[in-house]
Formats: sequence, C-alpha cells, structure tokens
Amino acid sequence: MTLWQQVLTIAAVVLGTMTTRFLPFLLFPEGKQPPPFVRYLGTVLPAAVMGLLVIFCLKDAVFTAWHGLPEILAILAVVLLHRWKKNIFLSIAGGTILYMVLVQQVF
Amino acid sequence: MAFLFLGMSYGFLMRSQGFSFLYPMLMSLFIFAGSMEFVTANLLLLPTFQPLHAFLLALMVNARHLFYGLTVLEKFQGMGWKKPYLIFGLCDETFSIHCAVDPPEGIDRGWFMFFTTVLNQLYWVAGATLGGLLGYVIRFDTTGIEFVMTALFVVLFLEQWDQAKDHRPALVGLGCSLVCLLVLGSEQFLLPAMALILACFFVLRRIPPKEVTP
Repeated sequence: MTLWQQVLTIAAVVLGTMTTRFLPFLLFPEGKQPPPFVRYLGTVLPAAVMGLLVIFCLKDAVFTAWHGLPEILAILAVVLLHRWKKNIFLSIAGGTILYMVLVQQVF
Repeated sequence: MAFLFLGMSYGFLMRSQGFSFLYPMLMSLFIFAGSMEFVTANLLLLPTFQPLHAFLLALMVNARHLFYGLTVLEKFQGMGWKKPYLIFGLCDETFSIHCAVDPPEGIDRGWFMFFTTVLNQLYWVAGATLGGLLGYVIRFDTTGIEFVMTALFVVLFLEQWDQAKDHRPALVGLGCSLVCLLVLGSEQFLLPAMALILACFFVLRRIPPKEVTP
C-alpha cells in the first residue's frame, strides 16, 4: 500500500468506528426506543465478534505447514493462565512469550 | 495503568512491523478503539487497498458501541458541548467506568465523565507512542510478538463467555468464522462470515435459550 492508501484505510476505520459511536445518538435523540432487533444485536454481537476476531487472527496460521499448532498451544496457555489467575496482563504476556519462544526455537 | 501497558504493546507491535511511531500515536488518537487498532495494523499490511472492507470491518468490530450508546443515551442528556467528545471517547474502558463509578458527592457529573474520558485517552495515546518509540531503542528478535493481538482477543472472548448466560452468540461467532475460513480461504472469508453471523442471529432471536438447570 502507498502512504495515501494507508491514510485512506485509517480514515475508513475512523469513519466506521465513529459511525458506531454516534449512530445511536443520531437515531434516538430523546428517549426514543430502538427497534427490538437492534437492541438484541447489541446484546449478542460483542461475544460473537470476539469469536470472529480470534479466527481472524488465525487466518494465515491454519494454512501453514504446522496448521496453527504453535498458535493452538499458545492459546491453550492463555486460557489456562486466565482460568488460573484471572489477570488479563499475565494471560496476554504469558501467552505471547510462549508463542515467541515456540516460533523462534521450536518450530 | 492497564491501559498504558496495552497501549505500549500496541505501539511496540506497530514498530516491529516496520511502522514509524507516528502511526500508533495518530491511530490511537483518532480511532481510539483498542481492538480495532490492532486489526487495522493487519489491514495496513495487506497488499491490496480495500477501504470498504476496512469500513465494514470497523462497523462490525465496534458494533458493541451501538449498545454502549443505547445504554448511556439518557446519561449523556444535557451535556452540551461536552457531549460530542463523550460520544467520541466511548470506548470499552470508558463505558465500563461510566457504568460502574458514580462521581463523588458535590462533583458535576458532566465534568467527571469528561475528565474520565480525557484521562483514558491520554493513557492510551501515551502508551501507544511510548511503545512505538521504545521499538527503536530496544532491539531483539520480535518474531511472534504479533500474537499479543490474538492473546488479547482470546482473553476478551473468555471474559465475554464468563459474563454470558447464553453461550450461543459466542459459538455462532466462532463457528461461522471458522467455517467461512476453511471454505473460502483467508483472503475473502471475512465479509461472508459477518453476513453469516448476522443471518444466524436473525434466526436465533426467535429461539429462546434453553432453560439452564442449576
């Protein structure tokens, strides 16, 4: 990508993000009830989008020689750490360090 | 503090991918949506230029903001000139503070929420910039550091999972995306996956969750 294409990509992301933040206030100015399906989406999308993002991160790993084995091991570590200590930073740091060791030394 | 750390790892990641520290600094200032900034880093590395794709992805990733907005509609009423900034700065962390913390006695709620937002953003931008700058100074084999993003999403997924009584939304997101990835390949699975997720919810809404026996 050229610099201008990067700038436009970032601008598109800003526009998309701001649409999600401002839209409710534009659509429902004073105490107007949003339609049920929209409110339903607001309750279910957060969890679904996290699932989507996890898969998005693995999109290239799945098709490599190891079919994402180091990724799966590191994710397991993140899950176990998080179940054990419930500390977001410990889980992220632990998983990332294990992954870095795996891809640099093992695989 | 937590915010500062995550911001730093983001700046560091961007630097390790070869971006100048200006990228994390400006992106954290203007986008101010943590998970989306990590995703945008990936978008910028794609060989092809797809602004529509970026826009739609931002809509989906940040769709939860719609819900935040609906929740604080009334809280933000009568905030005058502060209101646009409060809305702009309504990220996950700011929202959770708005919901969880009430201003101390005698302090104007508008100003309280305003400074909460300003401080959050300062921490985040400072973290991202610092991480980006540190990336110049500290040199080691950073192969694999991009996993910090995967780890972040896995943790957020777990947090969502623990909060939810109904796990079907999480499974829908995971399942639809995986199927689309395996069938369509990594280049073009994202938009179909989003469409499939929305379609699933359209159907799922009519089926109430099973009664959970305690």
